[in-house]
Amino acid sequence: MKRILPLSLIAIACGAAQAGELEVLHWWTSGGEAKAAAALKASMQAKGHTWKDFAVAGGGGDAAMTVLKSRVVSGNAPAAAQIKGPSLQEWAQEGVLANLDGVAKAEKWDALLPKVVSDVMKYKGSYIAVPVNVHRVNWLWANPAAFSKAGAKVPATWDEFFVAAEALKKAGITPIAHGGQNWQDFTTFEAVALGVGGADFYKKALVQLDPASVSSPTMEKVLTTFKRVKGYTDKNSPGRDWNLATAMVIKGEAGMQIMGDWAKGEFLAAGKVPGKDFVCVAAPGTAKAYTFNVDSFAMFKLKNDANTKAQNDLAAAIMGPEFQEVFNLNKGSIPVRLGMKMDKFDDCAKLSSKDFVDDAKSGTLVPSIAHGMAVPSATEGAIKDVVSQFWNDDKMDAKAAMSKLAAAAKTK
Amino acid sequence: MHQKGWLPKLVVAPSFVVGLAFIYGLMAWNGYLSVSASRLLPNYEFVGLEQYLRLWESERFRVALTNMAIFGGLFIGGAMAIGMLLAVLLDQKIRAEGVLRTVYLYPMALSFIVTGTAWKWILNPGLGLEATMHRWGWDSFSFEWLIDPDRAIYCIVIAGIWQSAGFVMALFLAGLRGIDDSIIKAAQMDGASLPRIYWRIVLPSLRPVVFSTLMIVSHLAIKSFDLVVALTAGGPGFSTDLPATFMYAMSFSRGQIGQGAAAATVMLAMIAAIVVPYLYSELRTKK
Repeated sequence: MKRILPLSLIAIACGAAQAGELEVLHWWTSGGEAKAAAALKASMQAKGHTWKDFAVAGGGGDAAMTVLKSRVVSGNAPAAAQIKGPSLQEWAQEGVLANLDGVAKAEKWDALLPKVVSDVMKYKGSYIAVPVNVHRVNWLWANPAAFSKAGAKVPATWDEFFVAAEALKKAGITPIAHGGQNWQDFTTFEAVALGVGGADFYKKALVQLDPASVSSPTMEKVLTTFKRVKGYTDKNSPGRDWNLATAMVIKGEAGMQIMGDWAKGEFLAAGKVPGKDFVCVAAPGTAKAYTFNVDSFAMFKLKNDANTKAQNDLAAAIMGPEFQEVFNLNKGSIPVRLGMKMDKFDDCAKLSSKDFVDDAKSGTLVPSIAHGMAVPSATEGAIKDVVSQFWNDDKMDAKAAMSKLAAAAKTK
Repeated sequence: MHQKGWLPKLVVAPSFVVGLAFIYGLMAWNGYLSVSASRLLPNYEFVGLEQYLRLWESERFRVALTNMAIFGGLFIGGAMAIGMLLAVLLDQKIRAEGVLRTVYLYPMALSFIVTGTAWKWILNPGLGLEATMHRWGWDSFSFEWLIDPDRAIYCIVIAGIWQSAGFVMALFLAGLRGIDDSIIKAAQMDGASLPRIYWRIVLPSLRPVVFSTLMIVSHLAIKSFDLVVALTAGGPGFSTDLPATFMYAMSFSRGQIGQGAAAATVMLAMIAAIVVPYLYSELRTKK
């Protein structure tokens, strides 16, 4: 035993000197995502690096984050972890993230990413994370069969939305499938805010949390419209998971759902064809705007040079066109890299990609708050609490909700 | 003779050290975090009582404390009352007592997650009780507490009592069996009625059992977390949050470890408020 131990240590040390080890924390464990992760793993192994999944028992983001925190605190950080939005800034403030400017410059990331997105990936002007994909959140998924049964038309504005909802209700169909969890409440809320208030209002009130916009007449109108939507949900919605709500639209029990483009995966898995069995349109009033949810990998500072090299290779590969295509075809999202060919993608993804480029130019590309893209987690939690409370409490009026929202926006 | 002195100490030492480090040590650490500026990761910058002040201003924490009072009061009271009643009824030398006792005690064998999930289905208006009644033709039947922010907390009380009443019953039954039959017989000779016997003789002699049970049930109430997570996940909104779920949300999903630590310290103080007087009275009576 005593003789074997030093030998094996030398062997490990030699191995590490030649090629790096990549330990990656990710949540790509189901179906298509797992396939895409395997492709990334294979390309890293082709470069001679070893890939190690950061295993966390018990699934769920919170458990993994807790393990990640303890690993980072004890000085044993993985190479990369799936972290997104302002949480990246929070981690960077702790001084544990690596600087990726070298790779970013070599691969010309600045030219390949819209500025709104690259800003999220940077801390004090340096890249600290690499984006993987873009989900559009402001989608309305509708079942055309249910709509023709009710004699209604898929709405493009909030006024049309309520006309259609009324018709669906009369036909005995639940107009809108909703799951009463706070992020789903907020997904609906931000769609209403973008549709009723417009992109400038959205940016001022929800991203910059400007006190005047938070307590403005527009906000009151947004809240009133939001509450009106609740009247068209079924009473079993509290606590329902999003995919069960999607299933209601698939089966025709419900007419429509406001949800990000991951809902498409559920439709496709049920054997439905886009454009025929289900339609995807921008949420009412938001055809010219885009709420994005970008998944990204934060890269941690590593002590070993070979591992750092492997980490840079990983960052370059994630932003590379091959991975962007394979991964997003499987995930249902679109590539974050601009100028990609979209031939292999379906119609919903093509529309999403076109709008992503257009809205990036016109400045109507806005971050999703429901998905942790814009405000720090403490503030996000506080405003989500208010919105969900307003949604659930029938005794609270829009004015009261607005003053609570203003207080929550001040949470630091 | 010499061995007798050090061996017990040596055997107890590891668990003492582990207890000291991982129970009291971590308690102290948590106490320090609650007066620090910790957010995503522990940070040792001292900020005094700021975290506590923010805690008291937080509406969500106030809701959690109110829920704690409602849930704690009804759950402890309900579980004790129903458990005691079941124990007294089972004590009447009835037939098939063994079977009935098992039936009532069985919920205790389930984890709160299972109880919570089962009751979530039972109380869901579109799935459980209400839907069944509608299917049987009682269309006006309505039971929507689970989705009503003002009533959802009572659903948690119902599930909690269902789970714990059997356990309380078992403890009381053991207590009842421990009472000397001859005292009761003597009372019967003197012509005391059955309710009177229970009220004046049986219950007073159950006092230690009542106190132990109260202790167990109250700490179950204060630390309850899994039941809420499984049954309502704190919803609708945050209307069924308890201090434990609040603490978890702050520390682990919102990057506010300082707030979470302050909430945990408040919970510790609540438990101490129950346990310390009890220990004090128990230790005094032993002298």
